[in-house]
Amino acid sequence: MENLFNLFVRSIFIDNMIFAYFLGMCSFLAVSKTVKTSVGLGIAVTFVLLVTAPVNWLVDTYLLKPGALVWLSQDFADLDLSYLSFMIFIAVIAAIVQLVEMVVEKFSPSLYNALGIFLPLIAVNCAILGVALFVQEREYHSIAEVTVYAGGSGIGWLLAIASLAAIREKITYSNIPKPLRGLGISFIITGLMAIAFMSFMGIKI
Amino acid sequence: MSEKLTKVEKEPMFSSKILKLLKNPFNLENPITVQVLGICSALAVTVQMKPAIVMALSVTIVTAFSNLIISSLRNTIPSRIRIIVQLVVVAALVIIVDQVLKAFVYDVSKKLSVFVGLIITNCILMGRLEAYAMGNKPWPSFVDGIGNGLGYGMILVIVAFFREVLGSGKILGMKIIPQFLYDSGYMDNGLMILPPMALITIGIIIWVQRSKTPELQEK
Repeated sequence: MENLFNLFVRSIFIDNMIFAYFLGMCSFLAVSKTVKTSVGLGIAVTFVLLVTAPVNWLVDTYLLKPGALVWLSQDFADLDLSYLSFMIFIAVIAAIVQLVEMVVEKFSPSLYNALGIFLPLIAVNCAILGVALFVQEREYHSIAEVTVYAGGSGIGWLLAIASLAAIREKITYSNIPKPLRGLGISFIITGLMAIAFMSFMGIKI
Repeated sequence: MSEKLTKVEKEPMFSSKILKLLKNPFNLENPITVQVLGICSALAVTVQMKPAIVMALSVTIVTAFSNLIISSLRNTIPSRIRIIVQLVVVAALVIIVDQVLKAFVYDVSKKLSVFVGLIITNCILMGRLEAYAMGNKPWPSFVDGIGNGLGYGMILVIVAFFREVLGSGKILGMKIIPQFLYDSGYMDNGLMILPPMALITIGIIIWVQRSKTPELQEK
């Protein structure tokens, strides 16, 4: 339990998807103009992560890993399908995003309208595939660990995009050098925020 | 053979339009600093020059060939499922690149870790496929892919150059800051190796580029 809580805090603050690995930067910079839309996108990303990461972990553990197919028959003990993981992961993510879109549309039209165009775009958000690949690389052992890690990463992403959007709303009236306006200053702000987030490094609970 | 082909297309292989496709991504339509595509992986692999160059080449190859394949298939793909088709083509190409890297430059492939896989969701690929390859002939799409891949690679190599020189005093693993400077008190800037400086370096590149070409400035 303590281990899981530690993992949760780590994935939000220390291994933050944006500030430590730069995943999901494209939508991070493109959508962070107002707080409202960026919070909507952040919630959608967290939700999709919570669904896709455990499914991808199950697929990896029971289908793709070296020797993962033993549950089917002993003959498959040295079969290694891990080279297929990119293609399977992205297919799972694209399919689940489509499914989530349909379910949300059916059962909660208000949420569907709020998320709008962001839902289908999440399929190509690097953070989603990134979490699936990090889970594979770091060899998490249980589905609880994977879910906690995915949830933490999503919340970390939400925190990052909401705070950048808040800052960008405030600086619209500042006197920034012309060539730096817009994209340039967003990069530099993100850099400074990343330096601030580095102060969490080494925290253990 | 080539003469025959050019006659059919009524356009030479390297017309000024094609050359423009190759040249524009380096400045006016740079994928990173102007189109804001593909930043995710651009920042994480730029601590040293070698992984940055390998990454740049991989992305160029994948972009060029996925543009070529999707552009040749563009009239047969139903538009409802086009994103999945595009992702599958890209994923297949990335698997090939990943296996080649693992076989020939294993140490670099370890350093790039998940970022080779993340080429699949690199926004440059989807962006160019959607914006260009779905509506143009195979050959211009192929050139467009090469141009954008190289424009992306150029930014990667510039960022990696500054981070490696200032952060560890090396270029491609060779010491270039002379020893007497260290003896007289010069120190490598450890901050340059850390992730935040990649963002700030790109911010400064955008600043320099937009000061030189005022038409890119916002507002």
